[in-house]
Amino acid sequence: MNVQAAKANLDVKSLEDAARRLRGKVIEMSHAAGSAHLGSSLSCCDIVAAAYWHVLHIDPKQPKDELRDRFILSKGHAATTIYSALAFRSFYPESLLETYTKDGGKLAEHPPANSLPGVEAATGSLGHGLPIGNGMALAGRIKGQKYRVYALMSDGECNEGSVWEAAMFAAAQNLENLCVIIDYNKWQATARSNETLALAPLREKWEAFGWDAVEVDGHDIGAVAALMANVPNGSGKPVAIVAHTVKGKGVSFMEDDNNWHYRAPTAEEVVISHKELGLA
Amino acid sequence: MRNAFADELTKLGNEDPRVVMLSGDIGNRLFDKFRAAHESRFLNCGVAEQNMMGVAAGMAMSGLRPIAYTITPFITSRCFEQIRVDVCYQEAPVIIVAVGAGMSYAGLGPTHHSCEDIAILRSLPNMKVVCPADAWEVRAAMRAALKQDNPVYIRMGKKGEPVVHAGIPADFAIGKAITVEEGVDVCLLSTGNMLPEVMHTAKLLRDQGITARVVSFHTVKPLDEACLAEAFSRFKLVATIEEHSLIGGLGAAVSEWLIDGEVKISKFLRFGTPDAFFRLSGEQEYAREQLGLGAEHMAQKIKAALA
Repeated sequence: MNVQAAKANLDVKSLEDAARRLRGKVIEMSHAAGSAHLGSSLSCCDIVAAAYWHVLHIDPKQPKDELRDRFILSKGHAATTIYSALAFRSFYPESLLETYTKDGGKLAEHPPANSLPGVEAATGSLGHGLPIGNGMALAGRIKGQKYRVYALMSDGECNEGSVWEAAMFAAAQNLENLCVIIDYNKWQATARSNETLALAPLREKWEAFGWDAVEVDGHDIGAVAALMANVPNGSGKPVAIVAHTVKGKGVSFMEDDNNWHYRAPTAEEVVISHKELGLA
Repeated sequence: MRNAFADELTKLGNEDPRVVMLSGDIGNRLFDKFRAAHESRFLNCGVAEQNMMGVAAGMAMSGLRPIAYTITPFITSRCFEQIRVDVCYQEAPVIIVAVGAGMSYAGLGPTHHSCEDIAILRSLPNMKVVCPADAWEVRAAMRAALKQDNPVYIRMGKKGEPVVHAGIPADFAIGKAITVEEGVDVCLLSTGNMLPEVMHTAKLLRDQGITARVVSFHTVKPLDEACLAEAFSRFKLVATIEEHSLIGGLGAAVSEWLIDGEVKISKFLRFGTPDAFFRLSGEQEYAREQLGLGAEHMAQKIKAALA
């Protein structure tokens, strides 16, 4: 597809605004809760904004509609991103975000099962989202429903063998309504992802596993939205979008600094971050 | 049991469009009839059990009723985390069917033995653990499982086991044990594929003037507490028999129930496999004898306990 032409038909500005708003909120939530994984949450805000503000056919009033598109946050540690997106898209009140990690609440540090509208799968243990996505995509085929299934994974997650079992299965089944987006921020919890397990060349790996694989700047929100919206893309294959991203994207002192895998920002750092994002 | 499973599956597939069969690359030709009738609802998932269990969960979350099937260790311990998180935590109504309970595949070696599956599966919230005693109970268990809205684990033997019931037990229900023989001296609670051996044990005892109530205690979770309460109040000796480790199986579950409750504890015997891998070659019958699960050995122990 011609990504540039497709982008021209998109309201990129509003998508960028949504992503900025997501970043501001996940920073606030990480600070309030003292919770980890902020860098991982920031790297996928553009992808999540593209999904929830452009790509997905979903209705917040009918979160269980059988024909809806499914979005699985397979990298469940970026929960604040999806919690915020679902609140901003009115799946539940924004005030619920204030209960994040609080005693007795529903919003734990990883997305829960069967208790929060819009959360399609309980994730947090890596390598589970894509097999579940395979099952959802196949269920659609068996029932003659045309919905699409998206799974957002991290590069570190591709360490898991279950990812590659699932990749081969999806290709064998020609699951053209299935799309994987890899938030390729080049880090995992404690090291560079490519120095931990030999991940590169990542697009070529997915291609070799039978997928229609493409690389994109994961912060070019229009391009990401255009590629995701173009599923199924006519290739007859499942689609892998290898999105090159920066961990901690959006805040100068967090970008590509892996300390922010675990660190939570101080109140002062929240203020500076919001200023940098143009939210203050 | 295996052939009954495939046959009942075909019937259920005809009756219920939600039924989908997932195989972990076993059962060559076993599912030909199901495949012929429902091509899109049969999937060979390959030797990739983690993915298979996730696929099953994803399907169940989308309104289907997948049955995931392969050899016991590979569909339990191999993909245990997928069962725990994808199936049980998400309350996805997946039916997990394992073939090769206990020492059914004794000759294939310890990689294919399964004496831990009841223990690990029953530790999972939302999971029901059903161990059918014969081919008829397999059929009944599948029908009962399909009526549940929760995950169910069905632990089958292999093929060609003796049949105990005369047909599908009419009153079969998950969590409700079936008395197959009445007696007054001892109550034998058998789970799964041990039932024919236990019937043989009861016969040996009868020959010596001891009569046994024999119960097919097919559901290990949830326990049939009414059956247990009655057995422990009426009999001076109760025994559990299973082709499974003494750690965590039926005997352990009943022990936990006894300790937690305020039940008068009769004499209680547990027959099961020891805390060891069975390293010798040989078939199931030989393995049972070696492991103390042969009818003659069990009859002797029971008689001694009654003395």
